[in-house]
Formats: sequence, structure tokens, C-alpha cells
Amino acid sequence: MRSENKIWFSKGLRDGIPISLGYLAVSFTLGIAAKNAGFTPFQAMLTSLTNNASAGEFAGFTLVAANAGYLETAVMILIANARYLLMSCALSQKLSPDTPLKHRLLISYDIADEIFGLSVSVPGMLNPFYTYGIIAIAAPGWAAGTYLGTLMGNLLPVNIVRALSVGLYGMFLAVIIPPARKNRILAIIILISMGASFAFTRLPFLSALSSGTRTILLTVLIAGCAAVLFPQNEEEPL
Amino acid sequence: MTSDMHNIYIYILIMASVTYLIRALPLTLLRKQIKNRTIRSFLYYVPYVTLAVMTFPSILSETGSIWSAWAALLTAGILAWMGKSLLQVSVSACAVVFLLELL
Repeated sequence: MRSENKIWFSKGLRDGIPISLGYLAVSFTLGIAAKNAGFTPFQAMLTSLTNNASAGEFAGFTLVAANAGYLETAVMILIANARYLLMSCALSQKLSPDTPLKHRLLISYDIADEIFGLSVSVPGMLNPFYTYGIIAIAAPGWAAGTYLGTLMGNLLPVNIVRALSVGLYGMFLAVIIPPARKNRILAIIILISMGASFAFTRLPFLSALSSGTRTILLTVLIAGCAAVLFPQNEEEPL
Repeated sequence: MTSDMHNIYIYILIMASVTYLIRALPLTLLRKQIKNRTIRSFLYYVPYVTLAVMTFPSILSETGSIWSAWAALLTAGILAWMGKSLLQVSVSACAVVFLLELL
């Protein structure tokens, strides 16, 4: 490994610790859903290792529990994970155009909310090894949590599970707030996003939308309006 | 008869393939820098809107009481504003919830 790659990899490992801990808590509850759907701990872990998708896996477990058809499962996974399509588009712009195919295929293994959030917020172009560092510590946390959740169900003290579960959100805030401090428009857009998200969970009809659908709709709507009304300066790196 | 059982491993394979394609297609096909200013701006705003939408109000229902969740939200918000690291912000939010729920 070139030394520059090594530095990025270890930075990724470090930044990935809170993700891994948060994943452990979230996927633990996911494991309980897997158990209810008839998955063994190994099968649940395999699902997490190959999917790395919270809402998508949850939707999948629910469908398996209902003995849904394969095509229906594929369509539902497509909808539940559609936001990763947007994230992948955004991340493609953070990669230098001459990034080899193998790196693009490897990063694609785990473009999940948190890993994407960190990868896209590095200054300048993304060194794939940063993302690999994050994945190297986060993906095992995700898989292990699912395994343990399926195996042990409700054995872990509930106050520990609850405390760990806000860790992910703390991390989201640590990603989005510092740039917003320097950019007032960004700060306002973040507040509008939170307000709209809150409204969507309360309003009739809209509150019936799944959290994945809500995320896609609001992302397209708000980021779209913001792009038209407040385009970024050409000189500013993405 | 519609009660034929499906194979769990085929389910897993379908889920994994669909999810991987969603992620890999844009990353492998979009190889050039997008020149269009509006699209660039849109992609710039995407992560902020997505993470904000996913954080609020979901965080409020993650803990035992809405108050510990608000305390975690404010603690994390203030520490992030002060420029603390991801780990510090995240662990502080967890600690606040843990301590408040001991009371």
C-alpha cells in the first residue's frame, strides 16, 4: 500500500469507530426482525454482509416473513434502497475520473448512509482507501450486530441498546453541521429538511410513507429546489 | 396451492444483487465530472438533506423518553457546531442518553 493510501485507510478506520458502534446497536434490532422472519443467525449475518442496508434489509425480512414472491422482493428492495442511487451519483463526482474500475466496484460494496456521509465530506477528491478503512471496521460491526441480535434477541440491557442507537444520529450531525456553520444557506436548508421531515411524519397520507420513501422524496425535492435557487459557485469543490 | 416455500438463500441473493447494482451502476458509469452547474449543486446538497431528513424526527423515538432524545440531539448539535470529532460527538450523545435514563 502506498503511504498516502495507508494514512487514508487508518483515518477511515478511526472515523469508522462510531459508525461501527452505531451499526452494532442498529443491526442488533435488525437481527431480532430476522429471527422473527425465520432466519438463522448465520443467514441473518450473511444478509447483512452482502446487503449493508438497514431499511432495505428490514423490508426484506418483512417480505420473507410473509413468504413474498422473488420479484416482489426485488422491487421492494429497489424502492427501499433507491436513495443509494442518488448517493452513488454524488459519490461518483468525488472520485477522480481516472479512478480504476476495481476501486469503483469495491466502494460500491458499501455505499450506505453513514459511510457515504463521511466519504463525500472529505475535502477535495476522495481517496478510495479512506472509504475502505471505514468499511473495514463498520461492515463487521453491522454483520456481528445482526448475528448477535438474531442469536440473543432481547438479552442485552435495553438502556444500553437505546443509548447506542443515538450514536448514529450524533454522527450524522457531526457530518452536516460543521460545513453549515460556514455556509448560512446550507444551515437553512438543513433546518428546512428537518422541519419537512417532521411534517411528513405527522401529516395525513404523507405519514403513511416508509422512512426510505420519505428520504428519497424530500432529498429530491429539497436538494432540487436548493440547486435551482442557490447554485454552488463553479470554483467550489463538490 | 400458493403456499410453496421460497428458499432463504435465494432471497438473500436477490436482495444483495439488487442493492449492489443500485450502488455500482452510477459509480461505474458516471466517470466524468458533471459540468452542469445545477446538477452539481443538486449533488452537493444531497448528503446534507438526506442526513438531516434521516436524523429528525427519527432520533426522538430511539430512546426511552423524548427528553433524553432531545438532550442527545442538542448535545450532539452543539458539540458538532464547536467542531468536535465524529467520535466525540457520537459518544457524547450516547452518554447523555445513558446517564439521563439512569435517573
